[in-house]
Amino acid sequence: MTEAAQDLLFDLTLSDEQRMNRDTMQRFAAQEMRDLAPAVDLGGADVGSFLPRSAELGLTLLPIPEALGGAGMQRSPVSNALIHEDLAHGDLGLALGAVAPLGFVNTLLDQGTDAQKEALLPRFCSGEFLAATTALQEPRATFEPTEPRATATPSGEGFVLNGSKCMVPLGMEAELVLVIAQLQDTGPAAFIVQGTPEGMQRSAEENMGLKGAQLATLQFDEVQVPADALLGGGAFNLQRFLDLSRIGICALAVGACQAVLDYVVPYCNEREAFGEPISNRQSVAFMIADIAIELESMRLMTWRAAALAERGEDFHEQAYLAKQFCAEYAMKIGTDGVQLLGGHGYTREHPVELWYRHLRAIDTLEGVAAA
Amino acid sequence: MINLELAKKHRDTLEQTMMLAEHMMRPYSRKYDKEEHTYPKEMEQAVELISAGRSEAMGGGRKKDAPAGTVVNGGNMGAVVGLFGLCWGDVGLFLGMPGSGLGNAAINAVGTPEQVKKYGGSYAAMCITEPGTGSDSANISTTAVLDGDEWVLNGEKIFVTDGDRADTLVVWATLDKSLGKAAIKSFIVEKGTPGCEVTRLEHKMGIRASDTAAISFSDCRIPRQNLLGTEEVATDAEGRKKAFGGVMQTFDNPRPPVAAMAIGVSRAALDLARELLRAEGVELTFERKPINLSALEAELARMEAQWNAARLLVLKAAWMADNKQPNSLEASMCKAKAGRVGNDITLRCVALCQSLGYSEQHLLEKFARDSKILDIFEGTQQIQQLIVARRVLGKSSSELK
Repeated sequence: MTEAAQDLLFDLTLSDEQRMNRDTMQRFAAQEMRDLAPAVDLGGADVGSFLPRSAELGLTLLPIPEALGGAGMQRSPVSNALIHEDLAHGDLGLALGAVAPLGFVNTLLDQGTDAQKEALLPRFCSGEFLAATTALQEPRATFEPTEPRATATPSGEGFVLNGSKCMVPLGMEAELVLVIAQLQDTGPAAFIVQGTPEGMQRSAEENMGLKGAQLATLQFDEVQVPADALLGGGAFNLQRFLDLSRIGICALAVGACQAVLDYVVPYCNEREAFGEPISNRQSVAFMIADIAIELESMRLMTWRAAALAERGEDFHEQAYLAKQFCAEYAMKIGTDGVQLLGGHGYTREHPVELWYRHLRAIDTLEGVAAA
Repeated sequence: MINLELAKKHRDTLEQTMMLAEHMMRPYSRKYDKEEHTYPKEMEQAVELISAGRSEAMGGGRKKDAPAGTVVNGGNMGAVVGLFGLCWGDVGLFLGMPGSGLGNAAINAVGTPEQVKKYGGSYAAMCITEPGTGSDSANISTTAVLDGDEWVLNGEKIFVTDGDRADTLVVWATLDKSLGKAAIKSFIVEKGTPGCEVTRLEHKMGIRASDTAAISFSDCRIPRQNLLGTEEVATDAEGRKKAFGGVMQTFDNPRPPVAAMAIGVSRAALDLARELLRAEGVELTFERKPINLSALEAELARMEAQWNAARLLVLKAAWMADNKQPNSLEASMCKAKAGRVGNDITLRCVALCQSLGYSEQHLLEKFARDSKILDIFEGTQQIQQLIVARRVLGKSSSELK
C-alpha cells in the first residue's frame, strides 16, 4: 500500500463529474438501447445505426490525452465501470458492442508504445464511431485465457498469426482488432490487426444471446502483420489486461441485474393472483429481497476492485473474487427474473428471457475466474 | 471518491483487536465453551484495553471544524471493524464482556443525561423477548402500571443476553396492551430490585461464554424516572409509529454490528480451515487456472468471494450511519447476507477439514455453533428478508406479512 493511500477514507461518494456522466449514460441507455434490444435480438434491427449514435457519448474521446485529440480525462477504472453498468441497464448485448472500442483504447493507453498511441488514438477522436475490439476467447470447452492457442511466429520484419478467436464483439466490422496470441518462445502477447489482411476470415456467430454485440469468429491463417503490430513492443501483461477487462464485465452484469430488479418490482406489485399482488407473498417477496442484496454485493465488489486498480494498487485478488461472485449471481438473478414472471417470463412479451440469455455469458466473457 | 479500503486508523483497529483476541480471548475459548455459565473473569482485562482504545478508534465522529459534506469514517465504522477483530477471536467471549450488551446501547441512545450518567457505564442487559413473543416484539405482554411515583412491572422475559451478570436491565413493557405498539415503553431496572428474579439460565448450542437468562418480574417496583423516553402514549397513527420507532431505534443500529460478528467468526473459520488444508497441500492462490483447480480450492475461492461480499455490505451500512444517511435497508441487507454467509462458511469449514473440523481439538466446530445465533438474534434471516422486501417493494407490514 502506498503512502498516499494510507490516508484515504472508506467512501462511496461519486464525484460530481461521475454523477453527471451517469445521468448521460442512463438517459442514453433508456432512450436508445432498451427499446431497440428486442428487435436486435430477433435480427430485425440494424445495430449499425445504433453504434454511430453511441459515439455521441464520447466514450473513447474521454481518456485520450489532449495532445492526441482527446478530452484528456484521467483514465479511470471506476468511471469505466460506471459506464459499463449504466449502458448494460439498457441492454447488455448492445452495451458490450458499444464499449468494445473503449476497451481497445484503454488497453492501448495502458500497455501500448508511444508510437502506437500516436498512430492510432487520434482516429478515435473524430466524433465518428470507430469499430475496434479485442479478440481473446477461443472456441474450446476448457479455454484458458492465459494460455492462448492462437500463435504468433516471428517472420521477416514482423509476425505471422495463426489460430481461431471467437466471441469477438463487433468482430465483423472492427477496423482495429487486438488479437491475443502465444508469441513463440516468449508467452502471451497482443497484436494490433488493422483491416482484414490476407488470410484473416470473419464469420458472424449465432449465440444464445448478446446479438447486439455482433459477436464474430475470426480465423487467422498465416496472417502477416508488421513488427509494430506487437502491442507495447514486446511483453504483454495479460493478467493485468484480464483483470481490468473482468471489472468491466462485472459492471455490465451489475447494470443488467439492476434492470432485472427494476423490472420485477413493478411487475410483481401489479400482477395479482388469489386476489392480491403476488409480491404480498413471502415466497415471491424474499426472492426479490435476495436479488437486491446480492446485486448490491456485486456492485460493491466491482467498485472495490476498480478503485484499487485506479490507485495503482494490486487488484488481482479483488478482480478475481468479483468476477467469480458476479458470474454466479448474474446467472442466479437472470434466472430468478424469469421465474418471478412465471410463464410470461418465458416469452418474448417481456425482456427477462432476453436478459437471462445475456447474463449466461458473464461467466464466460474474459475467461472463467474459478470453476 | 470511491474507495472501499479501510482507512489507516481502522486498519490499525483491526490489527489491534485481532492481536488482543489472539492473546486474551483465544486461550480461553474452549474453557468457557466447556464451562457454560461461568463468568469469564479474564475478559475484564480485555475490556479495559478495549475501553482505552475505543475513545480514539471507535469514537471520533464528525470533526467540529469539518465542513458539511465532508466524508466521515467514525464510530460506526470503528465499531464494526473492532467487532471483525474481537469476534475473529471469540463471539461467545465477546458477548460475555461487560459493556457489550444492547442495554448500554439503548440507554446511551435514548436516555436523559441523568440516566446516561447513572446507568450508561453500568453492565446493562436488554429484556425484550418473552415466551410468547419473539420477532413480533410489538406483541409483548409484560406490563408496567404507574402507582404513585413508581412503576410496577409484571411479566416474564427470556433470552436476556448476560442477564445474570448484568447490573442493570432495560425492560420492554406495555402500559396498555390494547393500545398496541404505541404503549410499549422501556424501563431501567437495577438488579436486586425486589420482584426481579433470574429464574433460569439457558443451555445453548454455542456462545456458551455468554449467559442467557430468563428473568421474571412480579410486582417489581422501580422509580418513575427510570422510564426511558416519554410516558405519553401517542393517540394518532403518526405518533404511534414514531413512538414505537423510538423504541425500535435500538434495533437499527445493532444490525451492522451483529453482521460484523458474523464476518469475524467466519474469517476465523476460513483462516483456520485454510491453515489446516495448507498442511495437506491444498492452497488457494488466485493464480491457478480453473482446469487445474481442485474442488476444495474452488470451494475456498467461492467462500472467500461470499465473505468479501458480506463484509462490504457491512462496511457500507456503517459508512452510511457515520455519514448520517438513513441505513435501515442496508443494515438489514448486511445482516441477512452476513448471517447466512457466516453460517455457510463456518459449517463448510467443518466439513472441508473432516475429522479435524468435527473435533474439539480445534475450534472449527465451535465457530460453527457460535455463528448459528448470528443468523437468529437481532432479527432472524427471515425477518431481515421481510424488511428488505418491504422496502424494495414499497409495501407496508399489513400488505407483506
